Order: sequence, then C-alpha cells, then structure tokens
Amino acid sequence: MTIRWTRVAMYTVLVLFALLYLMPIYVLLVTGLKSFEEVSLEQMWNLPSGLQFDSFREAYGKLDSNLANSFKMVIPATIVSCALGSINGYVLTKWRFPGSDVVFFLLLFGMFIPYQSVLIPLVRTLQQMHLYGSLWGLALTHVVYGIPITTLIFRNYYANIPTELVEAAKIDGASIFGIYTRIVFPLSLPGFVVVAIWQFTSIWNDFLFAATVTSNPNIQPVTVALNNLAGSFIVEWNVQMAGALIAALPTLVVYVVLGRFFVRGLMAGALRG
Amino acid sequence: MRTRGRRLLRTVFSEQAAAIALIVPSLVAVAVFVYGFIGWSALVSVSEWDTVRPDYTYVGLRNFRDLFDNFRFQIDIRNTVVFTVFFVGACLVIGFVVASILDRHIMGEGLFRSIYLFPMAVSFIVTGVVWRWLLAPRAGVNILFDKAGADALENGWYTNPDVVYVHASSPLGEALQAVGLGFLADANFGIPLAMFSVVIAATWQMSGFVMVMYLAGLRAIPEEIKEAARVDGASELQIQRHISLPLLRPVTLSAMIILGHQSLKIFDLVVSMTRRGPGFATDVPALYMFETTFQGNRFSHGAAISIVMLLAVSVLVVPYLFWSLRKEARL
Repeated sequence: MTIRWTRVAMYTVLVLFALLYLMPIYVLLVTGLKSFEEVSLEQMWNLPSGLQFDSFREAYGKLDSNLANSFKMVIPATIVSCALGSINGYVLTKWRFPGSDVVFFLLLFGMFIPYQSVLIPLVRTLQQMHLYGSLWGLALTHVVYGIPITTLIFRNYYANIPTELVEAAKIDGASIFGIYTRIVFPLSLPGFVVVAIWQFTSIWNDFLFAATVTSNPNIQPVTVALNNLAGSFIVEWNVQMAGALIAALPTLVVYVVLGRFFVRGLMAGALRG
Repeated sequence: MRTRGRRLLRTVFSEQAAAIALIVPSLVAVAVFVYGFIGWSALVSVSEWDTVRPDYTYVGLRNFRDLFDNFRFQIDIRNTVVFTVFFVGACLVIGFVVASILDRHIMGEGLFRSIYLFPMAVSFIVTGVVWRWLLAPRAGVNILFDKAGADALENGWYTNPDVVYVHASSPLGEALQAVGLGFLADANFGIPLAMFSVVIAATWQMSGFVMVMYLAGLRAIPEEIKEAARVDGASELQIQRHISLPLLRPVTLSAMIILGHQSLKIFDLVVSMTRRGPGFATDVPALYMFETTFQGNRFSHGAAISIVMLLAVSVLVVPYLFWSLRKEARL
C-alpha cells in the first residue's frame, strides 16, 4: 500500500513541475490569441473567447524583416560551423600531432570565456574589415566563436569511429582527403545533425553579439528586435507576448522535431564530466 | 622494400602536414579572436581610453582600483554572488529531485523530460520578456495568488527595492553558516529581494539541463549496487542519500561549474527582464560593462570589468578543464 502512495506522490510532483514549466507557454498562447478588447492584466489567465490572430499579425508585422535577418545570418553560419567542426574533429582524432592535446585545451577554453572580454577588439576589427554592422560580420563572429564547441562535439563523435579503420586505409596509401570523403564523412550524418541543431539554436538565440555588432535596426536579428519591442512603452504587452512566441518558434520547432539530437549536443557541451 | 617503406614514410609525413594545414585556419582564427582579443582587451583595461577616440596611454592598474572602489561594481559583485548561490542551488535541487523520480520507471518519462527541457531551446530574451509579465506586480503570478486567497504571497517581485540583511546569530544566519554560506549573513552583504525574480526565470530555463545530466548519471549506476543495498534493508531514500548522491559527485561538480560560469556572465536575461532594477538590485557586471562601454564610451573601464569577469570565469573553468581532460586521458 505504501508503495502505491509513493507512486501517487511521485506523479503529483512530476505533474506539478510540468504545469509550472508550461505556465509561460500557456500565458503566451492565450494572450496572443485574445482580441485587443479582451486583453487586460486582470484577465491574464482567462482563456480567450475566440481565436483572434490580431496580436500575432501585429507582432509579425513588426518583426518579419528581423526574422528574415536571423535566417539569412544563422543558416550560412551554421553550415560553415559544421564544416569547420567536422574537419577539426577529424584531424584531432585521426591525425593527432605532437601538442594536439594542448591545442584542444586552448580551443576548449574559448568556449567558456565571457565574450565581454573580446567585444571591444571585435568591434574595432570588424570596423577595419568593413564588416561592422552587417549580417556577414555577425555570421563571421558566430562561426569563429563556435569553433570550440563544434570541434568538441565532432571530436567526441569521431572518437567512436575505430582508428584501425583509418590506420588500415593509411597503410593502403589513402590520402587524408580520401579517408575523410570515403570513410569518415559517410559516417558523420548524426554528428552533423547534432552540431547543426546546436549552432542553429545558439546563434538564433544569441543577443550579446547581435546587440553589439548590429546597431542598424534594418539588419538586427529577431532577438534584438524583440528586446527593443519589449522595452518600448507604446507596444501593447499582448503584442510583446505574441512577438516572444514568434521569436521562439523556429528553435522550438527544431526542438520538438529533433529533440533527441538537441540533448546530445547539450551533453557534449557538458564535457560529459 | 626499403624504398617502398621510405615512400610510405614520406607520404605519411606529408599527409600529417596536410592534416595540420587543414586545422590551421581554425587555430589562427581562435588564436586571434580569442587570445589576441583578450590580450587587446587587457591592454585597453590598463589604458587611458575614456572617450570615443582610442588612447592607449598606460595608467597601470588605476582602472581596476577605481572599479573596486565603485559603488555600482561592489553591488554587482554582491548581486552576482547572490544570484549564483540561489540559481545554482535551485537548479541542482530541482534537477536531482526530478531526475531521481524519473529514474524510477515512470509512465510517460519521455514526455515529462521533453517538457522540463524545452525552455533550454528558447532564447534568454524570450524568457525575460515572458517572465517580466508573469512577475509584474499587478499581473501574472500575483493575480493567481490573489484568486487563491494567498494574498500574503503577493509581492513586488523585481520591483521590490528591499535588501535583506541576515544576522549571523539569527536562525537563518546559523543555517547559512551550517551549509557553508556564512558570507551571506555578513553584516555588510545583504540579499536583494528583486534578484529572486531573475533567479526564478533562470531556473525555469536551466534546471532541465541539470535534470538530464543527473538522469544520465543515475542510469550509469549499476543496478546491482542498489539491489545489494536493498537486500541489506536500505530504504529508497537511504539508497539515494548514501549511494546515488556520492556516486553522482562528478555530475554535481560539472553542473555547478557550467551553471556557475554562466551566472558570472549573465546578461541577456537581465537586459530583457529587469535591467538595473531598483537601486541596482538586479544589476550585474555584464550589464555594467555593456552600458559603460557602448553607451558611455568609457572603454578602459568597460575593458577592466570584462577582464575581472574573465579572471572569475577562469578560476572556475581552468581547473575543471584540466580535470576532465585528464580523466578522459585515463579512460
């Protein structure tokens, strides 16, 4: 009998936590779907009387160009990040050289630094390169500071490809490129998915670099635009909520569809202590 | 045979050179953008550069002395300590409790896990916007408390300017000392209540991550060990306390380092949720750095803040990196 009661208690705790975690999503949804007349802080928790998409329409009208900016910047940056990470991971596992462990350590440290400590030089350098205030400059920034994590994930992934396979190919005279294209790359698809999801999510969600590198509202990504929207006193709070959901939607969709790979990236980022 | 061996050797060498050539662009990029830029920031932090125009005249550690004498920065340090202690603590407790329940053959485990983890996929900016309304004094959670008749729980959340000073001799002060947090009960320290709103939002976002780490750790504990304890008559709680927790110490350490270093750099959430807060109650070094540098043009001061942040993160992360890479090498 006691066993049954502990199980009831366990499920109660789990359901309570689940409700707590879903609460913000509930508020986002019901607020976004209310008509403007229905929106008041007192009725924040009430369900809408009908489905009204006015808030979403208005928020989308304010954020659509910024959403496009985010996509234009995130997709190329993610692709380049994957390519670099794959090559680095390949070299660091299958073509180890004297000092490669030190190199790896120095790379990894770059993953943890507070980016504040590189912001001033970054701005100056991008200005010199005429990339400051452009989406390309922002994409380049994300690619460079993404090198440590993408290398780490691919390195852990390639560690599972048997080195004997690669050594045998080396004896047979296969070149470094041949081994990559014929043995390593065909086995890499899950690794690419993990890294692509990781980079897509973290670049999409970034605010610090975006706010520093893009001062012109026409090229700001959606996180910066949403923050401006929320800081403005003339924008209604239901529009802010609708905007928040719109800005979160792409990464949420990725999470729902490919959550399994998202978790793997997360665990790799934790260095599997 | 000898020539063939030599040719093989030569190709292996040139292939090795090609391998290094492949990785060089990334290494140069990181060398410049991480280490070069850190050095450059360090240079700015000991310079005179306090206007739009760069001025690298050396002033020694003056900017750092100014910084630690600065009222706002002193508050920022206190706020960071308070935020780190409560945020990391809450994530560890929630993560461990939820993971140990999920580990016990729960129906719908995958669904629960997905629900606890989805906030990780969302931007801190989105989190900040939503929780700003959920914890607004006349909205959100306060309305729920009102409806439930729990008026006593209603409060000003992040608009609350109160700072609580815990006396070392009070029961709370003694409890804090008992768990090694005695410094929170220091007479000059104080706990800004507004900070708890930020802690709640950040915990909502990050505790699922700790849950996943603990769950993976729990699954790695061999069932035989627990079974043996059960045969010896240990209760489930005793097993958690005396077997699982000690074996999960590496997971706890990893989670503490990762969450801890994040809370030292926390920025996005504060910007979108509370900004400085009443009387700098939710101000943090990253926000001070950003405002000083890019709105105040006091570049040398901004650089000094960033270097202090870097040193704080390094103290935490460098030993951890050594530890985990050495452990990896031993495997």
